[in-house]
Amino acid sequence: MIEFSNYDILRNLLFATQWTILLSLAAFIGGTTVALTLTALRLTRNPTIQRIVKVYVELFQGTPLLMQMFLCFFGLSMLGYEISAWGAAILSLTFFTSAFLVEIWRGCIDTLPKGQWEASRCLGLSFLQTLRFIILPQAIRVATAPTVGFSVQVIKGTALASVIGFVELTKVGTMLNNATFEPFKIFTLVALIYFVLCYPLSLYSKHLEKKFNVSR
Amino acid sequence: MSLVNLHQVHKYYGDHHVLKGIDLDIKAGEVVSIIGKSGSGKSTLLRCINGLEQYQQGGITVDGKEVTTDDIQMRRLALSVGMIFQNFNLFPHMTVGENVMLAPTIVLKKSKAEAEATARAMLEKVGLAEKFDSFPEKLSGGQQQRVAIARALAMSPKVLLCDEITSALDPELVGEVLKVLEQLAKEGITLVLVTHEMNFARDVGSRVVFMHQGKVWEQGDSKTLLSNPQTDELKQFIGAVL
Ligand SMILES: Nc1ncnc2c1ncn2[C@@H]1O[C@H](COP(=O)(O)OP(=O)(O)O)[C@@H](O)[C@H]1O
Ligand SMILES: [Mg+2]
Repeated sequence: MIEFSNYDILRNLLFATQWTILLSLAAFIGGTTVALTLTALRLTRNPTIQRIVKVYVELFQGTPLLMQMFLCFFGLSMLGYEISAWGAAILSLTFFTSAFLVEIWRGCIDTLPKGQWEASRCLGLSFLQTLRFIILPQAIRVATAPTVGFSVQVIKGTALASVIGFVELTKVGTMLNNATFEPFKIFTLVALIYFVLCYPLSLYSKHLEKKFNVSR
Repeated sequence: MSLVNLHQVHKYYGDHHVLKGIDLDIKAGEVVSIIGKSGSGKSTLLRCINGLEQYQQGGITVDGKEVTTDDIQMRRLALSVGMIFQNFNLFPHMTVGENVMLAPTIVLKKSKAEAEATARAMLEKVGLAEKFDSFPEKLSGGQQQRVAIARALAMSPKVLLCDEITSALDPELVGEVLKVLEQLAKEGITLVLVTHEMNFARDVGSRVVFMHQGKVWEQGDSKTLLSNPQTDELKQFIGAVL
């Protein structure tokens, strides 16, 4: 059995943290892109499209992220699509992230007075121009704080990718524990690293929220 | 020739019959005041004229063209019809100048310099030239409403619709907005305004339309109608307001 010094443990954990960060970023970017598209679709006020978006949101909010990951990973392989643990993790985290962001953003857009849409329409702006020049700039200001806040959930959600074999922070923690049998030390370190990643985001989100409330 | 024409317009919200066969003809240069109790359909009438609400029967034309709520049609309509709201509805993330320049730039495709010149001229007209770079939240209600007027004027509309545009203002700020409207009326712009300002309707308006229960109940020359109402409902209404 290989001996692990404290330095080795920390070095391995920090190396794995890179993958956690990368996976979080990929999921966040993917989720944001999908959520933007779904938000725009929802705003078209076409009942069929709205129903589809609603089902999407309820489906991915209403089932555990772990099951979504299993389905993406094992399910897709069974259907004959080869997918890596990395691919399955990104895919399922994108679904998860987008489903929540669509809901968060809808709330933000709904807080804008109906009069903003109407004034814009009366000035002759098209639907897309209204979105671009009137609605989005205001909605983004309102949405930034809860969106940053939600990114904490995404980071924590990436831990589940360890279960389908993707080697990130939690997975490396488990592997180190199997080798050293020092669960308390190792998982304390793992938790601490997650905390260091998440806490600044929480703080930043609170700061943004306060700033926004004052500027109103 | 009529600028705005409504012919037997019926409007329902679900089962609720709100406009019950409106006939109305407005000529260029008229200043028409629409009065009536709350809930009588005044706002709905204006919103049908500018395409914000769909009507179910009858026809509306502005400048000879049929009004629908279709997006493209609506944009064409916006070139002839300006709208001022009770709550101003300025865009809070833009300065006063940007508010006024927005539609001329992206709808009329004017150059920035040209749009800015128009915006400055319109703000001058409503007495707010020096507020070009301020944000709306820094202005009083009366000033915000005047910016909204300048914003609508920048599109050089043929007719300006105003829905109780002084109702949200503190009493001491009503005058400055009415003064701007009076000035516009003198310049010959066509105004259709829902209002509770009876003095304004009588002194500045050319015609008063009294709405009751979704119908044009009585209408006529403003001075004659207000001093000599024919129907009991209008008599009662005038008695209650004055
Ligand atoms: N969006 C709406 N949905 C359903 N009913 C409405 C809506 N807007 C107005 N109404 C109803 O239509 C009637 C006329 O309203 P409105 O035109 O606002 O009257 P007014 O401006 O004269 O006070 C009222 O009974 C009102 O409750
Ligand atoms: Mg009204």
